[in-house]
Amino acid sequence: MEILMCIVAGLLFAAAVYLMLSKSLLRIIIGTGLLSHGTHLMLLTMGGLKGGAVPVLGEHASLYTDPIPQALILTAIVISFGVTAVFLVIAYRAYQELGTDNMEQMRGMETDD
Amino acid sequence: MSLLHWAILAPFLMTLFVPFIHKRASVIHTGWFVLILPIVLFAVFLQYLPVTRMNSSITQTVAWIPSLDINFTAYIDGLSLLFALLITGIGALVVLYSVFYLSKTKEKLGHFYVYLLMFMGAMLGVVLSDNVITLYMFWEFTSISSFLLIAYWYDRERSRYGALKSMLITVFGGLMMLGGFLVLSLMGDTFSIRELAAQALELNEDPLFLLAMVLVLLGAFTKSAQFPFYIWLPDAMEAPTPVSAYLHSATMVKAGIYLVARFSPIFALSGYWFWIVGAVGLFTMTWASFNAVKQTDLKGILAFSTVSQLGLIMSLLGVGAASLHVETLDDHLYTAAIIAAVFHLINHATFKGSLFMVVGIIDHETGTRDIRKLGGLMSLMPVTFTLSVIGAFSMAGLPPFNGFLSKEMFFASMVHLLELDLFQMDTWAILFPVMAWIGSVFTFLYSMMIVFKVFTGRFQPEKLEKKPHEAPIGMLVSPIILALLVVVFGLFPNLLSYSLIQPAAAAIVPAILPPGGQLDVHISFWHGFKPELFMTIGVIVIGILLYKLMPKWIKIYDYMPGKVTLNQFYNASLYAAERGSNAITNAYMTGFIRSYLVYIFTFFIALLGFTMWAKGAFHYDASSAASIGLYEAGLVVVLAISIVTILLAKSRLTSIIALGAVGYTVSLFFVVFRAPDLALTQLVIETVSTALFLLCFYHLPALSRHNEKRRFQAGNALVAAGVGVIVTLIGISAHSSKFFPSINEYYIENTYKKAGGENMVNVILVDFRGFDTLFEITVLSVAALGIYGLIKLRIGKGGETNENQ
Repeated sequence: MEILMCIVAGLLFAAAVYLMLSKSLLRIIIGTGLLSHGTHLMLLTMGGLKGGAVPVLGEHASLYTDPIPQALILTAIVISFGVTAVFLVIAYRAYQELGTDNMEQMRGMETDD
Repeated sequence: MSLLHWAILAPFLMTLFVPFIHKRASVIHTGWFVLILPIVLFAVFLQYLPVTRMNSSITQTVAWIPSLDINFTAYIDGLSLLFALLITGIGALVVLYSVFYLSKTKEKLGHFYVYLLMFMGAMLGVVLSDNVITLYMFWEFTSISSFLLIAYWYDRERSRYGALKSMLITVFGGLMMLGGFLVLSLMGDTFSIRELAAQALELNEDPLFLLAMVLVLLGAFTKSAQFPFYIWLPDAMEAPTPVSAYLHSATMVKAGIYLVARFSPIFALSGYWFWIVGAVGLFTMTWASFNAVKQTDLKGILAFSTVSQLGLIMSLLGVGAASLHVETLDDHLYTAAIIAAVFHLINHATFKGSLFMVVGIIDHETGTRDIRKLGGLMSLMPVTFTLSVIGAFSMAGLPPFNGFLSKEMFFASMVHLLELDLFQMDTWAILFPVMAWIGSVFTFLYSMMIVFKVFTGRFQPEKLEKKPHEAPIGMLVSPIILALLVVVFGLFPNLLSYSLIQPAAAAIVPAILPPGGQLDVHISFWHGFKPELFMTIGVIVIGILLYKLMPKWIKIYDYMPGKVTLNQFYNASLYAAERGSNAITNAYMTGFIRSYLVYIFTFFIALLGFTMWAKGAFHYDASSAASIGLYEAGLVVVLAISIVTILLAKSRLTSIIALGAVGYTVSLFFVVFRAPDLALTQLVIETVSTALFLLCFYHLPALSRHNEKRRFQAGNALVAAGVGVIVTLIGISAHSSKFFPSINEYYIENTYKKAGGENMVNVILVDFRGFDTLFEITVLSVAALGIYGLIKLRIGKGGETNENQ
């Protein structure tokens, strides 16, 4: 399972990078969203996916899932949400002011193609 | 702090008071106040004569950075004293001359004397330092103050060009020299020149020896304007004439000579030293004297003649190194070269200083320095004429002036090389006297030009800006003193032999000094019919012939190097460096975020991929992995489909919805992998994010792919695939090689016992690792405030506007 999850995370990374390299600002932001998903899944995978109970003591199980990566991911989710929200508003404002979401035009030069 | 230290620092201290004096006592020329200092210093240094006369020396140390062994060590021996006397003596004369040369009302005298004093102090520091780091510091001070002095008339374009050029070249050499010093101190484990010289034999065996030598020589050659670095000196002639006389004839350009002489005890045993110093010096001498003849500006002629004479001294120092190899104590054939170098050093300072001042007078009184406009000034300026005759004849090497003696000694040293059977000299020796002779013929030529083109021939008053007349007496005092010295040293050459020349020469070649004894320095005015005498006669005869026939052959200069000169090379390389770096920067700084991301990701792939490959870090071990369940497999398929949908989406809405699908699938993963809190948070946040996306992009145009070219996409895909593969590989290897168990046992055990909670994730977030959460809250607050600001605050192009207004 872990191997498969690594491949899934790699897939998410590849798609994220591909989107981040495009000219449209919206696609770049979607790319950052995919990148954080990939990172979160990778974090969880590295903690181990072996069976075990939900990390709540009331379960009275003999084996629990590792709670540390979950705490880390929770923090990361909230932070990436904050950053994504700011990105979105910046992109929105940039479009309002500049009238484009093409990165090529935003650098203030004529497009090459 | 000893007297020596105060002597070095006195000019620097004086610079602090010059602006005050200049402001308060503007009625009197500031130069008069400054003049006191070099005279006092000259007197101070004279007191050391009895010490150095006995070939002994004085060392005074003041700790500067003792932990690094960098000390301000002042060291005075024959060589240092000779230079210190030159610097202060000629310094005093130049200050006196400048009092009459520079106008009290028109010029910024405060600046001038500050720079000049700074230079004087730096120069004293160079020649009196024993610690190489201190020496380097003062060395750069001379470069900086010389830069300031050359650009003294900074509103002239030529001045700024000359200053920049000299700065670039001398600082380049200075940095090379610093490198050489550091290599030397690494080899000898000390910064002290004396201690380095004491281990000269061991240093000679060191593999880094040649590197250190070449680096130090680069410093010396750039400062002393040797080939091919001489090009800055003719352009430095834009400086006021007193500066040219002081820096560019008597002192700064001799700093390189001093360096070569000072490091002779360390390097001179090597054959490379003999060849590099000797050959470069001799070639510089011939080349520069050849080029001096075609100049039409008097200062240009003098600049090239300075280069040529410095080359002469340099070659003598190089050739003198032979004395370390063949000398028996009774045979002083090659030591004579060192003595000739020291003697010519003194002579050159005297006659070249006076010649520069003479040229300054001509410029001052006629308004031009162009020899094509000048002529027939002999009867109008008799004193100046006499001075220039003395200076120029001495430079040409005519009796009875001192230049004659040193030129004879120069010829003698070069002729003696024919007998040397070292360093492959048996094949090349003949080149030395021949080149020396050719150089001397041209020296004779340009010396005659200075005198006869200016003072004889037709007087052309219509071409002159001013009506020429004799200079004021004050301006003439300094050149008269120098010219007197030229004559006195010429007639009584042994006046200085044992007081100055012997100690200086002994400091350059201490190895052959008999214990407690002295070198035999006897300069005889007449020494019989030796080859050097015939060479001098030849120089005079051929020189006069060439001078008479000048109009016939002067055109050859038009066909000569002309096209490819070193100046053009310098200008072209500066231009190329500027254009080149501009082009490189423009090539990679595209201003397009994609380029930078491509660089970042490419480095990411290359660095991590290479490290993994080189270190053999990739492992594959699925034995500890959990089995793949049906749910998980299904979720993976859903996730993959959503991703592909995003990549291929044509409309904005589709891609946002697909992104949402990815988010929900991730939260389902969290459910499957038993992370309920994560699943909850992910679910909520994905919903909010998707809503935000939809809200924000309601106004945006339909998702466009901006007609991206296929090749463009292929490149992106390649980078993206690379990143994905690397991430996957790292993930797999990290998972396959676990070195120690997790610390989660502690949290599982103590969640209830110590923190009183049952939900481990929440207890970690607010109890065990509560600080993370605190700042995560801060991040959210900052984001919220930022968004509010972005939406509300509108400071547009037309000033402050607010959406609410």
